[in-house]
Amino acid sequence: MKRLLILIAVVAMLAAACSSDSGEELAAAIDACEPGQTDGDLNLYNWTEYIPYGSAAEDYEVTDLVAKFESEYGVKIIQTFYEDNETMLAQIEAGGAPYDLIVPSDYMVSTMADPEVGLLAKMNKDAIPNLVNIDPLFTGMPFDPTGDYSVPYQAGTSGLGFAYEYVDDSEGISWGLVFDPEMSEPYAGLISMLNDERETLGAALKYLGYSVNTTDQGQLDEATEILAAANSRIAAYDSAAFDDWLVTGETVVAHGWNGGFFGSFDEISTDDYDAYEDFGYAVPIEGGIIWVDLMAVPITAEHPCTAHTFINFILDPENGGELTNYTYYMSPNLAAYEYIDPEILEDPSIFPDEATMANLEFIADVGDFSKNYTDAFAQAKG
Amino acid sequence: MSVQQGTAHRPWVDRLLSINGWLVFGFLYLPILILVVYSFSDSRNVGDWGGFTWKWYDRMFNNPEMMNALSNSVKVAIVSTAVATVLGTMAGIALDRYRKWLGKQAFDVILYLPVIIPEVTMGAMLLIWFTQVLPIDLSIWTIILGHIAFSASFVAIVVRARLGNLDDSLEEAAMDLYANRWTTFRKITLPLILPGVLGGALLALTLSLDDVIITEFVQGPGANLLPVYVFGLIRRQVTPEINAVSTLMLAISMVLVFISLGFQATSGMGRSNKEE
Repeated sequence: MKRLLILIAVVAMLAAACSSDSGEELAAAIDACEPGQTDGDLNLYNWTEYIPYGSAAEDYEVTDLVAKFESEYGVKIIQTFYEDNETMLAQIEAGGAPYDLIVPSDYMVSTMADPEVGLLAKMNKDAIPNLVNIDPLFTGMPFDPTGDYSVPYQAGTSGLGFAYEYVDDSEGISWGLVFDPEMSEPYAGLISMLNDERETLGAALKYLGYSVNTTDQGQLDEATEILAAANSRIAAYDSAAFDDWLVTGETVVAHGWNGGFFGSFDEISTDDYDAYEDFGYAVPIEGGIIWVDLMAVPITAEHPCTAHTFINFILDPENGGELTNYTYYMSPNLAAYEYIDPEILEDPSIFPDEATMANLEFIADVGDFSKNYTDAFAQAKG
Repeated sequence: MSVQQGTAHRPWVDRLLSINGWLVFGFLYLPILILVVYSFSDSRNVGDWGGFTWKWYDRMFNNPEMMNALSNSVKVAIVSTAVATVLGTMAGIALDRYRKWLGKQAFDVILYLPVIIPEVTMGAMLLIWFTQVLPIDLSIWTIILGHIAFSASFVAIVVRARLGNLDDSLEEAAMDLYANRWTTFRKITLPLILPGVLGGALLALTLSLDDVIITEFVQGPGANLLPVYVFGLIRRQVTPEINAVSTLMLAISMVLVFISLGFQATSGMGRSNKEE
């Protein structure tokens, strides 16, 4: 509902949106940016506490990256926070605030970079020499194939969280725990799935061995059918509390994002109790979905060179390592691996092994076909 | 007969009512109590008591972004409440005291809109209004304007309800005694509706202090407010630092409530004296 309303608002704004002149000016300014150059303070529009700074950095014993950037380049970082991609989109679309750098999620990049919307500026790759550090997996992604509009920041996966007491993971976790009538029977009423059409139908598509980005109506129908059949065993479709329910015992199989599960596992662990002994998270053997948040320069930017310098700063091996030591998310920066805490690096639920990696897919924009997903999801949920 | 029955049942009903009262009270306040207690817990995990510590308060006061958000929140709340209270009170008086003026009915209906429409819609509308129509740069001032826009309606509605219960003859009597309109307002109307005005102001303050959605739409660079900050923080991870900051907000709200209760008590006393 919230998304729908925002979408309506955005469509209304689209009609009123105007740019062009300023767009050309910005493009010219970006082309002239040199590596390490700054052209003013950085207006960073980011998720809350997504970069180590201040007492939070101290608490995690990692470098305060904001302070480091400020002292290295002699400019200030003005942070503004959002907690929802759509609100960020609405603000950039309205153009009332001169943000220089934003951190949208994957699907949002394709929405914003769409030439008809044109909210992202084309980046000057020459000004970001550290681009060479990026893991090839995170180049040529479906929502920005040329990599002209975005640079990966942090990444993660979605899969199944489960309780060891009830679920045997010795042969790997399968989507069959949800979709196979026999395998999932013991968990009837104890399963939660994300309330997200692309994620949840994507899980069904993966179970069937199809791509999560399929535009084949037949395959989508099949996925809809098995999800509808599993409906009676699914206790809830929820994207916010899936992790809490798992650790409180309301569910024993939960579909969700890895960051959410780890947050909850950490939360209930104490000095004497390790929640990781009772609960696990895995990308199912049939494959899963990988998400990535990216840095992008919006057309509202007034200090694009500082933004480029900041991107390059984040892609620096040491800084990238510290970022992951703070967020506990997967780093798209290969060169940063040597600076990442081995405990994080060797955790397969944060950094999946190669076999799992090969089975992961990004959610791509499927254009007009997306409404078929919406319809199918509504139909499957009944 | 019926009286007897009533008295016979009363102790039982009373007991039930008091049990119900305490249950409701516990339901409302125990979670808050637990939140406060765990803000002093020396453990990363909320819900796990690790001994007494001031650590989270220390961390909170040393977290520059959080302190910045807190001071912004207080600034926005004070300014928007002050303006919304004046505007809302004037609107309430205009609607109640002046029976016929052009567009009154339309105004009456429109006044309720900010109360009724979903916050997302209001946030998106304000955003378009500020950036496309006016157009002005988003900043802390657009947040203040946004908060005034929705809280003024609440104040007007509360003030109007208070005015509706007032006897017109009190004002007429004052005017009979040659008080002009301004003096009448100052000496008679305002003191009588003061509890309503303060109640409205308190409501405006509370709404401003915990608004997330509208704020997020109209915020400008660097103008972070505490509720948006805390909401974003919860998405990532819950540590007792959130308890600490919530406790601080709670303390601020309690002080405000007591101040307003004090005001209401004194104005209530004044009225009963007059009535004697």
